[in-house]
Amino acid sequence: MILGYAGKLLEVDLSTEKTKQVRLKDYVLKDYVGGRGLAAKILWDRLGRKWEKTDPLGPENILLFLTGPLTGFFPGGRICVSGKSPQSNGVVGSTVGGEFGIELRCAGYDGIIVTGKAKKPVYLFIKDSDAEIRDASHVWGKDAKQTMTLLTRECRELLKKRFPLYGEWKEPAMLYIGPAGENKVRTAVVAAKWTHAAGYGGYGAVMGSKNLKAVVVKGTGPLPKVADLEKVEKLTQEVCENAYENELWRRWGTGSGGYEVGAKTSSEPVRNWQEEWHDERSYGVDKFEDRVWVKQYWCDFGCPTSCLKVSVIRTGKFKGAITDNPDYELQAYLGPNLGLFTPEENVYMASVIDDLGLCGIQTGNVLGFAAELFQRKILTKKDLDGIALKWGNAEAFAKLARKIAFREGVGDLLAEGTYRAALKIGKMKNMDLLPYAVQSKGISIGAHGIRSGKDYPEIIAYACSVQGGDHTSTAGLPLDGGGSELMEIFNDSGVYCNFNSFGLRRNLKFEFYEAVTGLALTRKEWCRKKAVKTLQLQRAMLLLGGPDLKWNPKIHDDNPPRFYEPLPSGPYKGKTVGKADVQDEVKKYYKAAGWDENGIPTTGTLRKLGLQDVDKALERIRS
Amino acid sequence: MAKKKEPIWIARELSRCSGCRKCEIACSLAHENRVWPEASRVRVFMLVPGLEFPHLCAQCEDYPCVKACPFKALSISNETAAVLVNAKACTACGKCINACPGRIPHLHPSKNKIVICDLCKGDPQCVKVCHEGGYNVLTKVPRRDISCKLYARRPEEVTRDLAAKFYGERGEEFI
Repeated sequence: MILGYAGKLLEVDLSTEKTKQVRLKDYVLKDYVGGRGLAAKILWDRLGRKWEKTDPLGPENILLFLTGPLTGFFPGGRICVSGKSPQSNGVVGSTVGGEFGIELRCAGYDGIIVTGKAKKPVYLFIKDSDAEIRDASHVWGKDAKQTMTLLTRECRELLKKRFPLYGEWKEPAMLYIGPAGENKVRTAVVAAKWTHAAGYGGYGAVMGSKNLKAVVVKGTGPLPKVADLEKVEKLTQEVCENAYENELWRRWGTGSGGYEVGAKTSSEPVRNWQEEWHDERSYGVDKFEDRVWVKQYWCDFGCPTSCLKVSVIRTGKFKGAITDNPDYELQAYLGPNLGLFTPEENVYMASVIDDLGLCGIQTGNVLGFAAELFQRKILTKKDLDGIALKWGNAEAFAKLARKIAFREGVGDLLAEGTYRAALKIGKMKNMDLLPYAVQSKGISIGAHGIRSGKDYPEIIAYACSVQGGDHTSTAGLPLDGGGSELMEIFNDSGVYCNFNSFGLRRNLKFEFYEAVTGLALTRKEWCRKKAVKTLQLQRAMLLLGGPDLKWNPKIHDDNPPRFYEPLPSGPYKGKTVGKADVQDEVKKYYKAAGWDENGIPTTGTLRKLGLQDVDKALERIRS
Repeated sequence: MAKKKEPIWIARELSRCSGCRKCEIACSLAHENRVWPEASRVRVFMLVPGLEFPHLCAQCEDYPCVKACPFKALSISNETAAVLVNAKACTACGKCINACPGRIPHLHPSKNKIVICDLCKGDPQCVKVCHEGGYNVLTKVPRRDISCKLYARRPEEVTRDLAAKFYGERGEEFI
């Protein structure tokens, strides 16, 4: 058994209500590590043969919650959620911060596999090796805060009853869905701690499709034994000292971005990306800090950065709204992207989105899409069930967000996410609405534009990513370089927070991995032999797609049309990316990744990696 | 001759807690040589998100836990004023938990004994990491005429107080 792992997963079949333990094989862990890599491997092995027919929202989909060997050791605890994505029909390794991964490892598991579908709403309660499926009908329909309050209370009482002598029980860790997940909204998140979310992928909808409201875990054991504890402690100290030295990064987190990414790098979504520049001083980090942050340093297990802040609105019409910072992504998508430029409106929107269990990025994207259609008179007030969706009207956007979460009226269309909504509304209106859909392969593009070239410099960042618009997993060349998706696969497979690795020496992550597992790993080996296997599996499943949509690389390995429009304002006015440049770069990327001219991994590439079965499956789309 | 150590106390400013839990990591590494949150002598509670706080022995002036122990397993350190657990004598009966106004002691998750903060023989590791992070929730001070017992509070009580401070009128609905 490899050190740093529990060596086993908990498997729960919600249809039969049976649970079992699944041993992890060493050779699988060596190649796929954990989290995202392991998810790709498990999903391929179990669903690969029938991938195109597997409905992401059907009982046949598999939902995964996976840690990695670095979870709990490398500062900044996270957990990776995965499955067949109802957004891309491929696989996304979607991570979320918090203590869930630590509790799960302390309970003796590296992860959880959930299959089938419960007959009625349930939640899963895990205490060390014991797992039980419990009734969740009393929390079904409840928002994030109510769900956490009720289940924290209930599970602590259970623990107290079962272990009366133990003393006070700390709260167990929890992942849950809000009403949006229950209603299988494609932009629903798997959430933690009120404000944390695994958003990309849409796995909240997958939980909802399985009638699974929450997973609660209390582990009382230690984290797994490591190969070299002293080295782990030393490297941890190095990571922490590096973070502690970065005063403003700690103090502001990404909260300075809401102003700066607009004003300085001009790459922030403004009114559905019609612009990427704004210079609204009302949206400065000073305003957030002075007006709404009541706790300046907030973080998850082992984190030295504390990029999170707790925000509360104490006065005015949004009084009582509570959320985190919001971080840059939500500042952008639930701020300038909707024409909102005050901390109060932004905190209000973020708290509404959190409570409903929606993804702030992708719901902000679909709200902006709808507002642009309203601006262009493509969608009327009547189409929007009486809502005048004007830029800058926070209450109108909040109202529409609720409709999306409950799939009411027009919300039912928008609940399909921007891409699918564009197709459906386009059909109704007999128009091509994709020019207004800022997404890649069904996944909304994160709040970092590429037109100015000053923020995300890769013009194929989203076009070639195996996770579409996910801004935390962007494609870039060279394939073994710092801007490559292969390095992001390491973060998501080791499962820790990448924010704590900024500014560290290049090899530290790999040294950390070796200190935990005892397995030597070089960056070169990672890129050429290991991460690339995960990349090919994800690419294969993305291209197989289905059942409702499939991607044609010739059409879909591209930027959204909006990114070819020149920036209309700001210091980089007139800048855009050239279509021919993108096509050139895509070709180069195909070559570097070992894909043919149609973007499909070649037989040679796959055989060299020992992925013969993938090669065989891809015959289905090679024609 | 070495100077006799002055008893110490860990002053606490709970509303500054970030929830980083480095105190749990440091404590469990110091006492168990593992990263083991549940075996840590200081435990960070988060009954409500945003309201994290460390829960650890306050070394009450009258030491009700020591008095309550039927097996004389608990004693007071001459050097630091910490409560020391004699693991051999402890039967994990839990009487000290009930005697503690804050129900702070808890059973070791795998050994048959209670765990209580021992102030790391005068050099508390939780304090060290908390200060490295600049949070200063936990600070080592000389133990003088301090109303220590005020800090032996139950997790729900602390959470209520912090909820009032941070979440105001809405605070109560989350508890």
